[in-house]
Amino acid sequence: MISSSLIPCGQFKTSYARDTTIFLTPASRNFCILGLVVAMAAPWVLSNYLISLLIQIGFFGIAALGLNILVGCTGQISLGHAAFFGFGAFASAWLNNIFGIPVLLAIPLAGVMTTLLGLLFGIPAGRLKGLYLAIATFASQFILEDFFSRANWFTGGSSGAMAGPINLLGYEVSGDRAFFYVVLAFVVVMFLLGTNLLRTRDGRAFVAVRDHYLSAEVMGINLTKYRILSFGISSFYAGVGGALYGHYLGYVSAEGFTILLSIQFLGMIIIGGMGSVMGTLMGTAFMVLLPEATEAAVSTIKHVIGDIPAVTSALAYIKEAAIGLAIVLFLIFEPDGLVHRWRLIKSYWKLYPFSY
Amino acid sequence: MSETKSPVLEVRNVSLGFGGVRALTDVSFEVRQGELFSIIGPNGAGKTSMLNCISGRYRPSSGRVLLDGRDVTPLTPNVRATLGLGRTFQNLALFGHMSVLDNIMVGRHHLLRNNALTGALYWLGGARREELAHRRKVEDIIDFLEIAHIRKAVAGTLPYGLRKRVELARAMAVEPRVILLDEPMAGMNLEEKEDMARYIVDLNEEWGMTVIMIEHDMGVVMDISHRVMVLEFGRKIAEGLPDEVMNDERVKVAYLGVDDDEEQVA
Repeated sequence: MISSSLIPCGQFKTSYARDTTIFLTPASRNFCILGLVVAMAAPWVLSNYLISLLIQIGFFGIAALGLNILVGCTGQISLGHAAFFGFGAFASAWLNNIFGIPVLLAIPLAGVMTTLLGLLFGIPAGRLKGLYLAIATFASQFILEDFFSRANWFTGGSSGAMAGPINLLGYEVSGDRAFFYVVLAFVVVMFLLGTNLLRTRDGRAFVAVRDHYLSAEVMGINLTKYRILSFGISSFYAGVGGALYGHYLGYVSAEGFTILLSIQFLGMIIIGGMGSVMGTLMGTAFMVLLPEATEAAVSTIKHVIGDIPAVTSALAYIKEAAIGLAIVLFLIFEPDGLVHRWRLIKSYWKLYPFSY
Repeated sequence: MSETKSPVLEVRNVSLGFGGVRALTDVSFEVRQGELFSIIGPNGAGKTSMLNCISGRYRPSSGRVLLDGRDVTPLTPNVRATLGLGRTFQNLALFGHMSVLDNIMVGRHHLLRNNALTGALYWLGGARREELAHRRKVEDIIDFLEIAHIRKAVAGTLPYGLRKRVELARAMAVEPRVILLDEPMAGMNLEEKEDMARYIVDLNEEWGMTVIMIEHDMGVVMDISHRVMVLEFGRKIAEGLPDEVMNDERVKVAYLGVDDDEEQVA
């Protein structure tokens, strides 16, 4: 999906292997490794608060990548992603509490459980399209929410479930700084898996189903299978992201996984860029940081104009409205998301300083 | 073509109706291994409906379609693709947001064995080796159709003539025994038509694919086809060598209409 016009000159590939690398150029690969090193250093530099934001970007980003594979790549729609995210959180806590499975093993296992659930709820996708599918997934959101509040054996019902801390080789991972590395490792692995998926057979099949399902079928792609499989994979990511969320907070309750979070996940991938792995992370960062930024702006305004009650209460809504406004503005002005803007910036500098 | 070769595709008494409209009525024909077979007819004659019945997009109301003697009538298009049936579309049907290379790689879908799990693990499950091996095959097709310069371009941004060629490449990547071409030369200029005709003859003679083609350009059809079938209002009115078909009275009537004087005589 990347236009060849954005590859800098002087790139001569001499083997098919070199032509199928994840990064188009060695430079972009090195930048990514550098970024990873910088991220590794983050806990030593940043405040606890900023680290907690980065952790949020991590587990929301993993879940959003799943939604992007479903919505951005396969062209399906899901309004129930938060419910699968929540299911992963409960499943991991349950596996850990009831069976004593170590948390680091329980997290991927929770992902697998969520996958099975996603495959089940994905069955309507084999038959429904567009708005009808949206309503079907909307229903799955409410069915699962109801399940969370009633299934005492699994979720602890209205009182919620405790999610134990991560143990690594006998050491308990405690505190945001240590947890950050766990999330970072998961993000790297999950994003690598996602990238690989999208450059191999089944990833191409997803995009083919999205772009032209009739000819995809003539190419030998089983539409029903791939639509449902896409739900399964999307749920796997949601489950792993949710499990990390649960063990990060140490406590899982059903209130966190409402339709609002589902919409936020959609917002992340719309803002980041539909069908783009890197865009997912950009969009998630944007969505996590936006409320913080508006919060800071609002408190600055309060500080400047003084604490007038009428104004203060109006400003309180800005934080809520900002997310909706951001989605609308992106849909109008940058429907391809932040990742497209990023590519434009890169291609602008490609010929610098000889832009002709 | 020798008469001794066995039919690779048989269509037996196929009828197709949409509500009250009869799109096809009792059409039968055979296409033999290695043949270049054309279906012609006036607009609305049911040519594309016929192709859709063969590729599985439509299921005939009655009659059967046999591929290599096997009844494929109840099978879905994706299963038929794995049995060796490829096709192109009359209106372009590329995957618009994918690169040309990925478009053609999708054609390899049923030949590739890696799945979501081994694909995601890429280096560990042998997916990388497999993908590269198939890339090699795809490059042969790219060379043959002379589209190497656009292999990384996004398919949706290409001009019409090239898109038609990419679509042919994608259908070839399926490695079909029978390839169905729905108006491969529609909307092309003379030069592009000549190129396309050469590709079709080559993929029939060198790549050994049996070709079933719908085309309106009579010059091309009569030049390159081994046999021609004529449809009119969903019925087969003629079938045979190009010359025979050209001189058939009913075909002339179907294409040119009946002269008023002749009509009075008849």
